[in-house]
Amino acid sequence: MPVAAVKYLPLLLLALAWEAVVRLGLISREVLPSLFDVLKAGWGLAREGELWQNGWASLYRGAAGLALAVVLGGVLGIAMAWWRTVNVFVAPLVEALYPLPKSALIPVTVLWLGFGDGSKILLIFLGCMIPVTVAAYNGARSSEQHLIWSARSLGAGRLRVLWDVVVPSALPELLNGIRTALALTFVLLVSSELIVARAGLGYLIGFLGDQGVYDAMFAVVLFVAFMGFFADRLCLLLTHRVLAWRE
Amino acid sequence: MSMTSGDAPFKLQIDVRDVSHTYRPARGHTVLALESVSLQIAPREFVALLGPSGCGKSTLLYLVGGFLPVETGAIEIEGAPVGAPGPDRGIVFQHFALFPWKTVRANVRYGLEKMGLARPEQERRAQGYIDLVGLKGFEESYPSQLSGGMKQRAALARTLAVEPKILLMDEPFGALDAQTRSLMQTELLAIWQKTQKTVIFVTHDVQEAVLLAQRVVVMSARPGRVKAVVPVGLDRADPHLVRTAAFGAKVDEIWSLVREEELKVR
Ligand SMILES: Nc1ncnc2c1ncn2[C@@H]1O[C@H](COP(=O)(O)OP(=O)(O)OP(=O)(O)O)[C@@H](O)[C@H]1O
Ligand SMILES: [Mg+2]
Repeated sequence: MPVAAVKYLPLLLLALAWEAVVRLGLISREVLPSLFDVLKAGWGLAREGELWQNGWASLYRGAAGLALAVVLGGVLGIAMAWWRTVNVFVAPLVEALYPLPKSALIPVTVLWLGFGDGSKILLIFLGCMIPVTVAAYNGARSSEQHLIWSARSLGAGRLRVLWDVVVPSALPELLNGIRTALALTFVLLVSSELIVARAGLGYLIGFLGDQGVYDAMFAVVLFVAFMGFFADRLCLLLTHRVLAWRE
Repeated sequence: MSMTSGDAPFKLQIDVRDVSHTYRPARGHTVLALESVSLQIAPREFVALLGPSGCGKSTLLYLVGGFLPVETGAIEIEGAPVGAPGPDRGIVFQHFALFPWKTVRANVRYGLEKMGLARPEQERRAQGYIDLVGLKGFEESYPSQLSGGMKQRAALARTLAVEPKILLMDEPFGALDAQTRSLMQTELLAIWQKTQKTVIFVTHDVQEAVLLAQRVVVMSARPGRVKAVVPVGLDRADPHLVRTAAFGAKVDEIWSLVREEELKVR
């Protein structure tokens, strides 16, 4: 894979620079542990199982919250585009919630559902629902009149048109919205776990930081970054798969 | 109860009476696209529609197709007010309107699926029409991978496949090269003669109109009205029809009518 190697060359250079500045004493190890130490600490966390235990907890919360948001947000957005009455009722709510910083909901969800999985799932669901709804709505609204007419004249009923034309027309935009929501999922997940949780990668970062085990803390931060990266790649791959017809 | 195919139970297949249509876009000003258009079309008739760009030809097809509401005047199909769109009135849109997420085969099969045909029958019939329009070998292509002319032929196959009684065609050969266009004209005439469809055929090509249609309707510049209805009455069996003096005279006659209106648009 020479192409991929070249593409990620800057990343490799950054890693080397990191190691170099720490070894040369340009930055104190108190502020930035050496990459080597970080990886070693990460290996330790992985062997003891702490990384997987907490990783699994985070993955579960993130996936559940996002999945709920995608399903309900997708349905709601498309329904808003198709039925005026739904739009009349829901649009003001969406508009009001859109600019709300979703992290402000952290204490609210904790108050409702406590310190466990439930509050994180609800938070991610609420936070991601809005961008997904808006994307689905815009996508569905962009469905071309003539395609709808085509389907009708070929014998599709009105509801059938919704499934056969409006949903696929909404897909490109919807998938874009899902990608945004995915990034948001990580933000909400880690910040809520940092603040109030007894498990999860965010919790682990906070815990290790409090204990002053900075190399291990950095290792978890790196792990989260890689999880985010892979999730995003997976999302892109899926998008290209689903939208293969576009080119 | 069966009807003999030679004998239609109604005199008029399509009856357009005094129809006007105004577009009221959410933004921009309203446009009076059609004004008091009346047009009577008998069963199995082939009518061509000519007129300057923007005179409402597409609009008239959309009204007959049931896509736009008839607000002023009346349109009856087989004696009943025009209803929601359905497979009895097939339409070929000016800009094809193929489903971009479906392959050519899936596009053509779409209407057959909705008819509830068995899968093998769907496949057989779809393939037949794909072959007819010369898209063999492109069954698995997506519309984005086709040229304009190929898209148009795919759209044609999709509409023909459901075998509608009424065919509404909006410049269906507009994107084709001369060669393919001529082939498609022949095929359309053959289908029309064999299956006794009623056709409204919009075109900008006077020769094409005279070649295909029994009557040519010339519309005026916007707001569209019926300016003239010219019966063609030529012998279509004549293989050299296009080179006959009668054909040339008919084309000239219609040309001058169309040109009058096109000059008004400028
Ligand atoms: N959706 C719309 N909203 C507003 N005005 C419209 C709309 N569609 C068409 N019009 C207007 O109505 C008039 C008739 O349009 P129409 O598409 O029926 O013309 P046409 O005869 O088919 O033209 P062409 O030969 O260029 O296809 C045009 O002047 C156009 O500007
Ligand atoms: Mg038109």
